[in-house]
Amino acid sequence: MKTNSKNKASQHVSQNPLSRRGLEEASISIQNINKSYGPVQALQNISLEINRGELFGLIGPDGAGKSTLMRILMTLLFQDSGTATMNGLDVVKDYKKIRKIVGYMPGRFSLYQDLTVEENLNFFATVFNTSITENYDLIKDIYIQIEPFKSRLAGKLSGGMKQKLALSCALIHKPEILVLDEPTTGVDAVSRKEFWEMLKKLQEKGITILVSTPYMDEAMLCTRVALMQKGKVLDVNTPQKLVENYDRKLYAIRSDDMHRLIQDLRSWEKTDTAYAFGQFLHVTGKADETEACEFENYLLKKEHRELQVFDIPPTIEDVFMNMMNE
Amino acid sequence: MIIIFGLPIVQLLLFGKVINNDLQNSKIAILDQSHDNTTREITTKLLSSGYFVLEEELRPGTDMEGVFRKGKVKMVIDFEQNFEQNLERLGKAHVQLLADASDPNTARILTNYASGIINDYVNKEKLQNLTLPHQINTEVRMLYNEGLKSVYMFVPGIMAMILMLISAMMTSISISREKEMGTMEVLLASPLKPIQIVLGKVTPYLLLSFINAVTIILIGTLIFGVPIKGSIAFLVAESFLFILMALSLGILISTIAPNQMVAMFVSVLALMLPTILLSGFMFPIENMPMPLQILSNIMPPRWFIVIIKNIMLKGTGMLYVWKETLILIVMTFVFIGLSVKNFKIRLE
Repeated sequence: MKTNSKNKASQHVSQNPLSRRGLEEASISIQNINKSYGPVQALQNISLEINRGELFGLIGPDGAGKSTLMRILMTLLFQDSGTATMNGLDVVKDYKKIRKIVGYMPGRFSLYQDLTVEENLNFFATVFNTSITENYDLIKDIYIQIEPFKSRLAGKLSGGMKQKLALSCALIHKPEILVLDEPTTGVDAVSRKEFWEMLKKLQEKGITILVSTPYMDEAMLCTRVALMQKGKVLDVNTPQKLVENYDRKLYAIRSDDMHRLIQDLRSWEKTDTAYAFGQFLHVTGKADETEACEFENYLLKKEHRELQVFDIPPTIEDVFMNMMNE
Repeated sequence: MIIIFGLPIVQLLLFGKVINNDLQNSKIAILDQSHDNTTREITTKLLSSGYFVLEEELRPGTDMEGVFRKGKVKMVIDFEQNFEQNLERLGKAHVQLLADASDPNTARILTNYASGIINDYVNKEKLQNLTLPHQINTEVRMLYNEGLKSVYMFVPGIMAMILMLISAMMTSISISREKEMGTMEVLLASPLKPIQIVLGKVTPYLLLSFINAVTIILIGTLIFGVPIKGSIAFLVAESFLFILMALSLGILISTIAPNQMVAMFVSVLALMLPTILLSGFMFPIENMPMPLQILSNIMPPRWFIVIIKNIMLKGTGMLYVWKETLILIVMTFVFIGLSVKNFKIRLE
């Protein structure tokens, strides 16, 4: 009887947003989730609302708690406190139902390495009580790329191919929500780009996608992102807004001796932060009034040659670095 | 670390204590058809030697086979009628030693001890009173294994060991492998029920082990000439039960072990060594120190070996092995119950 009433309650929650389809409606709702492993607080009071049909990114370095949060949502871990729902289904009580409507790609390659591409796909289709043909439309674009290798063992595929296969397997049962844990880690740049194009297409088909990544450039491709660090959400917004909200002056600086340059800048009392970004250092001053010429004069005194100092618009990575320090 | 330093100590102690071919307190039955002073004195001698314990005094006409089938009595000593008279007047008396040779080593040692004690008695005590040369003929009969072939002992033992190894170890390793490879995470996140996951992993090993069991029985009978006196169907059924038991034990191990390494160690430590040492397959349980004897009671192969020996060598039916069968059934249910309780539908 108890479960019955709970089911009704959850149906009620899910029906309500369904009637307002197309509007802002929560697909994944996370409230005050806490989780600790022994003395380590993996998640501290996380609250997030992810809308239906969003491509939502969890951005943060290793150990930020991204995987833990995803596993809680995937009903694979218990939270210590707080609640979370997936399409209105509670992750603790309704775990059986959630497992039917969600596609999951763990951070580690988790297919059977000693089965071929086709066998893996068939296996997961059977596990979800469906067949490849039934939902072929959904995976067609992705599967076509790996089809030439369909009789190859999954363990022998390249990194990018593996992830495409894993995505196909996660999609085989036409999930309403897709949860991808660092799908592009260890994948070459071209495959990463292709992978994100696929995610965009899936998003257009109305699937809610929650994806985590340590790569800042991928954050720009999400509808909204949550910046995470050490178990906390630093900010949630569209990537464009996050960048716009960055109100500090940022300079790109380079010279012939980058190693000495970063040491000199970091030891100067007027410098706030200095990070290496490719060929340049991205530098902020303690006071925003610190002018480019001040840096230039200081560095010339330190006998840096081929010096370049200029203003640069911030990237999402600068935003993140800035938030981490606050 | 515990394994590296603890294992040698445990093994040394186990081997030292267990590998002990001296027999103590073996259960025997005596059929005294004469009931005279000499037989009584011989009986007292035997029982006071420390090697034998009197389990039963038989009456003439008792079904000897029945005594052995019960499995407790290892040897019967049969004194002929008018033992003392024959010895004194004819200078010759007969005593028959019947031993249960389904464990050939034990049988050989028991009969040697017994005839040694009897002859010693005659030479030392009787010779002082009598002048004539005296002789006691000890006739030794080995039941169930006339030729004292050790293969009779090894076939059931090997069968128990292989089935235990294949079923329990392979299952536990294959399930913990899923955990290690991360595939378990995907399976758990799918709508599959735990029972489906476990059955999927176990069924192939059930078949494999079964083929193994049949092969061992065939090789045992065809090449080594081990008889199957009992019903083959019953033998197969009991093997099946044992395989099920081993599989459920394997599942239990896999629910505890986080990875293949641990599953492997637990299987070897908890299954292989005890099967070899404590099941009575190589070393008679009666010889072990008390704590190990008690420990051997929870070793499933111990009961299985008793069952197969009974069926193959003695040709007994359910009537004589129901207790052992019941123990295996109970063990199976306990293991399954614990596994269900331990199986995690989540990652923690």
